[in-house]
Amino acid sequence: MVEDEGIRRYVAHFILWIGIAIVAFPVYIAIVASTQDNALIANGQMSLLPGGHFFEVYYQTIFVGTSGSTREPVGNMMLNSLVMALAIAIGKIAISIISAYAIVYFRFPFRMSIFWIIFITLMLPVEVRIYPTYKIVADLHMLDSYAGLALPLIASATATLLFRQFFMTVPDELLEASRIDGAGPLRFFWDTLLPLSRTNMAALFVILFILGWNQYLWPLLITTRDDMQTIQVGIRKMITTTDALTEWPIVMATAVLAMLPPVFVVVAMQKLFVRGLVETEK
Amino acid sequence: MANVTLRNVRKTYTGGFEAIKGVNVDVADGQFCVLVGPSGCGKSTLLRMVAGLETVTGGEIDIGGRVVNQIEPADRDIAMVFQNYALYPHMSVYNNMAYGLRNRGMAEAEIKTRVEEAARVLELSAMLERKPRQLSGGQRQRVAMGRAIVRQPKVFLFDEPLSNLDAKLRISMRVEIRKLQRRLNVTSIYVTHDQLEAMTLADILVVMNGGQVEQVGNPLAIYEKPATTFVASFIGAPPMNLMSTRPDEIKSQLGGSATDAGIVGIRPEDFAITDQTPAGGVALPLTVEAIERVGAETFVYGSRQHEDQRVAATPGELPPGEIIVRIPGTEAPAIGAKIRVAAVRQKLHLFSGDGRTRIEA
Repeated sequence: MVEDEGIRRYVAHFILWIGIAIVAFPVYIAIVASTQDNALIANGQMSLLPGGHFFEVYYQTIFVGTSGSTREPVGNMMLNSLVMALAIAIGKIAISIISAYAIVYFRFPFRMSIFWIIFITLMLPVEVRIYPTYKIVADLHMLDSYAGLALPLIASATATLLFRQFFMTVPDELLEASRIDGAGPLRFFWDTLLPLSRTNMAALFVILFILGWNQYLWPLLITTRDDMQTIQVGIRKMITTTDALTEWPIVMATAVLAMLPPVFVVVAMQKLFVRGLVETEK
Repeated sequence: MANVTLRNVRKTYTGGFEAIKGVNVDVADGQFCVLVGPSGCGKSTLLRMVAGLETVTGGEIDIGGRVVNQIEPADRDIAMVFQNYALYPHMSVYNNMAYGLRNRGMAEAEIKTRVEEAARVLELSAMLERKPRQLSGGQRQRVAMGRAIVRQPKVFLFDEPLSNLDAKLRISMRVEIRKLQRRLNVTSIYVTHDQLEAMTLADILVVMNGGQVEQVGNPLAIYEKPATTFVASFIGAPPMNLMSTRPDEIKSQLGGSATDAGIVGIRPEDFAITDQTPAGGVALPLTVEAIERVGAETFVYGSRQHEDQRVAATPGELPPGEIIVRIPGTEAPAIGAKIRVAAVRQKLHLFSGDGRTRIEA
């Protein structure tokens, strides 16, 4: 590695820069397109340099929406997406950590059967069981509601499995020391297991938030009102217009806005996220 | 302060495995009781039953005059030190020690006094704000001790607390534990597989094997008069030489009252290299096979001419026919030399043929 380090390093960096360019260029185009005049884009004369319409395009996107008849401010869509993604991430973590706690630490009848039932649901994602799920949500009058958006996606086998595996690595002596220290099951869970699971929870939150934020099929099915639609559904609707020109600057601005919350979550939780994936702090 | 009494305690696991087969032990107030035995003998299980971490399937466990069979660990007024310390990794040293007290609803000021006092005794005062992972093995060990001390329990339970430490630290912590226990004068039960730890710590030593108590008593008394061949070979390092008396050579030397003994045991240090045969004692011709010099003393490993002279005894077993002799200093016969070793009558341990009974000559 030490010999002709110079050339090798330049080659390696050059290859990495090509990779970055390939990944980043579409994002750059989206940002540039969101600051230009729609007519220019429609004519195929889009410049590769940012245009001068940044503030007016983003203002219109966030607070007004497209000029079509089913217009909806993107700010509202983002709020819907945010509520749904947060509810899915937090709800999934809460439910799965509790069920994993029950499965690992309590001896009750049919414990293993229940574990396997949870395990089997791994093979049945929403897309596979979409009709029965829709029927249930409709019967419960949860169409066009936040509950309907989030609840069916909350029950999760993956997260339960992850916490189960983590709990099984926690030494039994900690539980025994807690028992001798006078901590009951709830105390042990709250005082010892939750703090130890912190990094795992953070890693899971990042993954689940992005998963929830990127949901497309399920929100498309169960939301009919425009003010309940999520940003992913909204973008798609903006592109297909029947009688007017697609307003590309607004579409691109929406795409850029749709990227921001996941980016923010990853950046904010990066440290915990990486630790949760690589390190087990015991 | 309390005494601990085990009355015919039994443990049978679902599946039928009998881990503890009726144990009777009485530990008086303030005594240091050590449970010792090879791995799998049930000593840890027994300790965990006293702690309340394992259920009792038979008999009674009595702490301070109260049968605790059905009482939760937290309410038994015990504190336990675990082999891997079991410190809460996310809590500071202070909180590790304070946790049990907080759960009992003690006032924060009282907790502070107790924790600081324990930290002072254990020389942890400078580390109260650190996390366990920032501490060395010996310091973690002391935090675990501190967590037990602050509770001011009736009984301390130690589950092989020193086995994760290096040899040097183990010796100094052993002395620390003994001094601390003397000062606090709290009844203690200590589990170990290390017979040296057992000998040095115990007021009362319980030697266990296969879920049963082989012998209970003062460590020196056990060393001097082991009740069975198992105890004889387990307590003492290197182990006692055990020989069958069947070969006429030994039997004729013993003569008289010892004729019903099937096994004779002689500790390595009780042999002397000599040409004389003490009256009623045992003399053996040996061929020197190996020499171990450890400084103050030397171990001579010799083989006897006959086959089949040694009796099988589980721990630290030597090949049959091999005899260990311990001599002071570093002067030793050459390897391959033919020597004669002898032990006087008073130093012989006689056992019945099955090794289960000691015969007083």
